Amino acid sequence: MDSGENWYLHCRKKGAVTIFNYIAKQILQGIVLVFCVSVLVFSLLYLMPGNPVDMVVDRKVSEEKKEQIAHEMGYDRPLVEQYVDWMKNILIDHNFGKSTRYKTPVWDLMKNRIPLSLTLCGLSLLLEMIVALPIGLLCAIKKDTFFDRFTVNFSLLLTAVPTFWLSVLFIIIFSVKLKWLPISGYEKPENFILPVVSLTLGSVAGTIRLIKAEVLEVLNEKFVTTALAKGVPRKTVMVKHVLRNALIMVTVLVFMSIPWLISGAVVTENIFGIPGMGNLLLNSIIVQDFPVVQACVLLIAILTVICNIISDLVVGMLDPRIRVSLNGGDR
Amino acid sequence: MKEEFKKEELLKLEHLNIQYKVKGGYLSAVNDVNLSISRGEVFAVVGESGCGKSTVAHSIMHLIPGGNAKVTGKIFFKGEDINACSDKTMEGIRGKHIGMIFQNPLDSLNPVYTTGSQVEEAILLDGLNHAQAWEKVLKLYQDVKMPDAAERAKSYPHEMSGGMRQRVMIAMMLSRNPELLIADEPTTALDVTIEAQILEIIKELKNTYNTAIMLITHNFGLVAEVADKIAVMYAGEVIESGDVFEIFEHPTHPYTTLLMQALPRKTKKEGRLQTIDGSVPRILEKKPECRFANRCPYAKEQCFRENPPVASLSATHTCRCFRAVKKEA
Repeated sequence: MDSGENWYLHCRKKGAVTIFNYIAKQILQGIVLVFCVSVLVFSLLYLMPGNPVDMVVDRKVSEEKKEQIAHEMGYDRPLVEQYVDWMKNILIDHNFGKSTRYKTPVWDLMKNRIPLSLTLCGLSLLLEMIVALPIGLLCAIKKDTFFDRFTVNFSLLLTAVPTFWLSVLFIIIFSVKLKWLPISGYEKPENFILPVVSLTLGSVAGTIRLIKAEVLEVLNEKFVTTALAKGVPRKTVMVKHVLRNALIMVTVLVFMSIPWLISGAVVTENIFGIPGMGNLLLNSIIVQDFPVVQACVLLIAILTVICNIISDLVVGMLDPRIRVSLNGGDR
Repeated sequence: MKEEFKKEELLKLEHLNIQYKVKGGYLSAVNDVNLSISRGEVFAVVGESGCGKSTVAHSIMHLIPGGNAKVTGKIFFKGEDINACSDKTMEGIRGKHIGMIFQNPLDSLNPVYTTGSQVEEAILLDGLNHAQAWEKVLKLYQDVKMPDAAERAKSYPHEMSGGMRQRVMIAMMLSRNPELLIADEPTTALDVTIEAQILEIIKELKNTYNTAIMLITHNFGLVAEVADKIAVMYAGEVIESGDVFEIFEHPTHPYTTLLMQALPRKTKKEGRLQTIDGSVPRILEKKPECRFANRCPYAKEQCFRENPPVASLSATHTCRCFRAVKKEA
């Protein structure tokens, strides 16, 4: 008892220090991870068939000329040297290199596209959560009723419908026939309504099912019965005890999907004419625009690491049991 | 002795039947249970695992898990049938008039809130402000002999031992001074020394607050220590009930007798512990037979044909057995 008491107080006091240790450790690990990813990405592209120079010049150009161009672009140097150079540019000048296709700095290409993609996918994720949380909760509470069966099956049906078909259908109904919303573009807020909605509808079913499963699991927990037994109204119990605990898992899910928001929705971007990152990444892979692909993948890797750390911290805030293991006091 | 019978009746179960809908029909979990608990008394419901004692307790609170249970019969609480009442009314009764402690304190507290705030949540329902409520939490923690109450109220459940968590549960359930506390195997998950402490706390609080306690247990030792009255359950039926002395001195039902023999005793010379052969039957439909017949050493042909009626052996002592019916006559 005594030693337990001391240990507990010790953890309390040390909590603040150890949490910083934890973050530092995570960041260090993250840097190593990003380094590994960058090496892989860098070398993998050079192992791929095809030559970056061929993408720049016409087929009729002579071998000598090609070598000269390769020399000018720095492709004839040792791989390690190229990598160090690439890294140095990024770290010091924030220069991701030049796109071989557009002949402009990669960052210039990306800096206008990232906000568009983030808006599109971020809004969609937000909408998905706003829709899925209450519906998932209701489905779990009203399990096996008509509402539950209808919702789950209907949302499954929506998942089965391809996004592009749904998008085109929306365009026909709301833009062509009713003329309520613009067909394509990205300048005005209303441009985003259709793409966000169609993107959300495609993925909302899975989220609803996930939340429902999570809530069902919490509903079976004894502490729900305890809360009811002490006289807390059922609705309050559902929000304060059930949803609160189910949210822990959902938070992890949301944070894990953030890195992919950036490259997110190729199909939707194409249909609605939004020049986002998905578009850029896909096209760059097709035409072997290496600097762009490298920059995109690196960005996703960094985002993943950052989101991992934030998600751990947020979950630690939501779940005191995890806080203990973060503090190194896992008993 | 006479005075105790005059005490006000608090809870009365009349012909309580609980059936679970399962594949292939209804499983009769509780059959025709009648019992009554008066103010301030400790009423023990004893029986082996799966005999329906917990189900009875949960049905009083409208908290049977699963939602496939059918509860029929009458549950009178202070003269009002609460089996028929609405969810809304029940929310007003739970915690305020009837509290309940559960078997396993390890998972009956919400892991994401501090224990103090969970106790406070109950108190706040009575319209107190935060400062008053917290003060009451600390007072309750002292009542249940929580070491270092102020610090512990800010601890999370996982930072506490099982015994401490059960203390929190008791504090939580007594926080609104209910007239009846249902304790569903409150010490089963705890070790023996903690068990004794928890029992001591329950006894003390019973005296301070004059709370009636419905103690659900499979532990006859516990019953002997604290109970005023006993109901022995077997396969969903109360097979014998009465005053604690009556049951311990004159067990009448063969099952009760066998249970008493199965108790480990210091004085017993024999090497092996007595057991009862066989196991509790799964009763899918109401069969017209004594539910204990297949394990009963005295079973006669009649026992397999019809369920014996409840015989009254004294003002308080009842027994569901043909042998008792003969004694009665």
